[in-house]
Amino acid sequence: MLLLGPINVLNDLLLKAFSQETITFFIWPLIQIGLVVTLVALWVAYATYLERKISAFMQARLGPMRVGPWGLLQPIADGLKLLTKEDFIPDKADRWIFFFAPYIAVASAFIVFSVIPFGPDWAVIADVNIGLLLVLAVSSVGVLALILAGWSSNSKYALLGGLRSSAQMVSYEVAMGLSLIGALMFARTLSLSGIVAAQASDSIWFLVYQPTGFFLFLISGIAENNRAPFDLPEAESELVAGFHTEYSGMRWSLFFMAEYAAMVVVSAVATTVYLGGWYFPFVYRLEAAGQHNLFVFVSLLVFLVKTSIILYVYFWLRWTLPRFRYDQLMDIGWKWLIPSALINIVLSGFAIFVVQALDGWRGINTIESLERGLNLTATGKGIMIAIGVAGLFITAGLLARINWRSRDFHLKTQRRNIRLVNVPKGKPAVQPGS
Amino acid sequence: MHQVEIATTQETLLDSPEMVLNMGPQHPSTHGVLRIILKLDGETVIDLDCDIGYLHRGMEKISENRMYTQIAPYWDRLDYIAAVSNGLVWVETVEQMMGLPVPPRAHYLRTILTELNRIASHLLWLATHALDIGAVTVLLWALREREEILKIFERQFGARLTCHAWRVGGMPNDAYDDFNKDVRQFVNNFPKRLEEYETVLSENRIWLSRTVGIGVISAEDAIAIGLSGPALRGSGVAWDVRKSRPYAAYADMDFDIPLGENGDTYDRYLVRLEEMRQSRRIIDQALEKLPDGPVNAKLPKIVKPPVGDYYHSIEGPKGEIGCYLVSDGTAQPWRVRVRPPSFINLQALKQMCVGHLVADVVAIIGTLDIVLGEIDR
Repeated sequence: MLLLGPINVLNDLLLKAFSQETITFFIWPLIQIGLVVTLVALWVAYATYLERKISAFMQARLGPMRVGPWGLLQPIADGLKLLTKEDFIPDKADRWIFFFAPYIAVASAFIVFSVIPFGPDWAVIADVNIGLLLVLAVSSVGVLALILAGWSSNSKYALLGGLRSSAQMVSYEVAMGLSLIGALMFARTLSLSGIVAAQASDSIWFLVYQPTGFFLFLISGIAENNRAPFDLPEAESELVAGFHTEYSGMRWSLFFMAEYAAMVVVSAVATTVYLGGWYFPFVYRLEAAGQHNLFVFVSLLVFLVKTSIILYVYFWLRWTLPRFRYDQLMDIGWKWLIPSALINIVLSGFAIFVVQALDGWRGINTIESLERGLNLTATGKGIMIAIGVAGLFITAGLLARINWRSRDFHLKTQRRNIRLVNVPKGKPAVQPGS
Repeated sequence: MHQVEIATTQETLLDSPEMVLNMGPQHPSTHGVLRIILKLDGETVIDLDCDIGYLHRGMEKISENRMYTQIAPYWDRLDYIAAVSNGLVWVETVEQMMGLPVPPRAHYLRTILTELNRIASHLLWLATHALDIGAVTVLLWALREREEILKIFERQFGARLTCHAWRVGGMPNDAYDDFNKDVRQFVNNFPKRLEEYETVLSENRIWLSRTVGIGVISAEDAIAIGLSGPALRGSGVAWDVRKSRPYAAYADMDFDIPLGENGDTYDRYLVRLEEMRQSRRIIDQALEKLPDGPVNAKLPKIVKPPVGDYYHSIEGPKGEIGCYLVSDGTAQPWRVRVRPPSFINLQALKQMCVGHLVADVVAIIGTLDIVLGEIDR
């Protein structure tokens, strides 16, 4: 591979100045971080472009068309415009908190990328053995930014937005964490690279074992990112702009960068945990053929495509659905998502128990090995998938039972048809309910 | 409405659990320059007060110093979303006061164009109402449909929004050449498009949960406040001026009045959607029956209604829009008074909102379909 030659050349060059250890543990990570931050920033910028284009196509219009071909330079033009705008701080605002809140938002969103396995080998910055915990912990710091921004603005709309975001993100984080546990039982590790490896070695996506978990994670992820239909903290038609009402210029756009980066993070985590990460069938043949770097590149591409598909779901939902109300949002979080996440955990445990109990019973062989996650034979996979799919229905049934009495449950049956009356002309009919 | 007491000192602010939130006049979803002072407990509305008048132009007073024919353009700017309907009230009032015989072709054209305007107004309502509740895509779809109507208006009246559509005694000019074709094309395409919007909203769980049971007003209360238009029919009262006091060519038309049951936001939504279909029906019939002939009555040099007073109202898209006219026999009216449907419908806001959340206030403003140009006059 001519294209990938420079990587080895660079390594050789660096070896002349530094020891191998310094290079592996300090210089390479620095290069990786630089690359990832640049690429993610670009990705985030073009996510806004894509969102505008996709929404435009949904709404029978063209979207950005003027800056560059098909408006491709629009994000850059926007960025330049925002950079040159006045950085305005309201008179009565709490200056320092107001000043720093956007940075907390951006930092918490970008730090997470350090543990995301974009691909195998050198495509991951740090393979931490508590990767998933780190993702959850760091992304929850993002809430702090919104609360601080809302509070320090000293504006009532911003305050309401901040309050909403704190309540929303705190309660959806619970559901988000719980929904991941099922998949973790199969992976038997918290390291994100380990989770991908567990799926790759078993050549299966956890999505098929854990359909419930995947949907729960996606929904709570959307809510966690304050995206429509859960975009209450910034609900522009109610709260003007929510927590960032008073922000302008680059500081405002930092919040947006954080939002889009957080979206990419959730999509990336969903890809890693449920869609097999960078793993794609037959991708190992490249490795076997000795094309290691090409293998990494193809894996990177696969990861990018999968993540983009989930990002598209984000856009799709945003431009299709109306917004929830605050109390309904809380209802969904506490009465639907958290119970179903708990049910999902129980069912996953049950599935693993069944598979283990069946192993060796009357010559049935279900488990291949337990070394890299749970490696199952075809029979074991079949049982697991069956329980997973059945879990969807079981969860739905149990939830229906739990929420039977809530008002919103019977909304569809409440749908009425209006009456059509043909009043005789010239004769007013003012009796109520006539 | 009484004034909301606003806590001013530090102590009262800290002691009370309430927060006073000033919504508007610069707010994205107050549909213009309406200012609402909300008293909130958390996010629950416990009291509210409307502050209007930011768009006051004194058109009733101006009318006292204008000739009868000069006043009509002011009416187009009352409810600027439905300029064609508003203009009709004024010219019909003057015509009826003077006993002018308007040719039937003018009546039919008036029916077609006001119904087109009703559809345009309802489409804009649908667009903004959906936007307030968060469904952005419906906004652009509905505006696409409205564009077709505005194109017809542009060719007919020379303006898209503030069309000065009518003259006392008829119309300024006959329908343009392709008028029938254009309207027919719109009438044929419209039901399919409306279906499309319904699939996005009517069955949508989120839409249902945001509208069912929100802003309920009973039939008795609705009558007591004086609501009119879809806001009244949503509560199940069969009152439609087109039926009870037919004007223009409505007496010849066959159409139904849609009625809601519970008087909530969802009912009003359904009523307005059905009204669009009925409007289409009316246009369809009127196009079929459209007679030939002149579109103008013979007018005296100066329009001078006889001494006396007269009230005439029509069913505008927002409700019953009326004109009370007192003439002293000169070329200028002695007094002109508008019965503004939006203004009266707005009075129900407090009753509908108290006890709901801030998000519902936005939905309720949307469902009342107010236009500030007409409220402030």
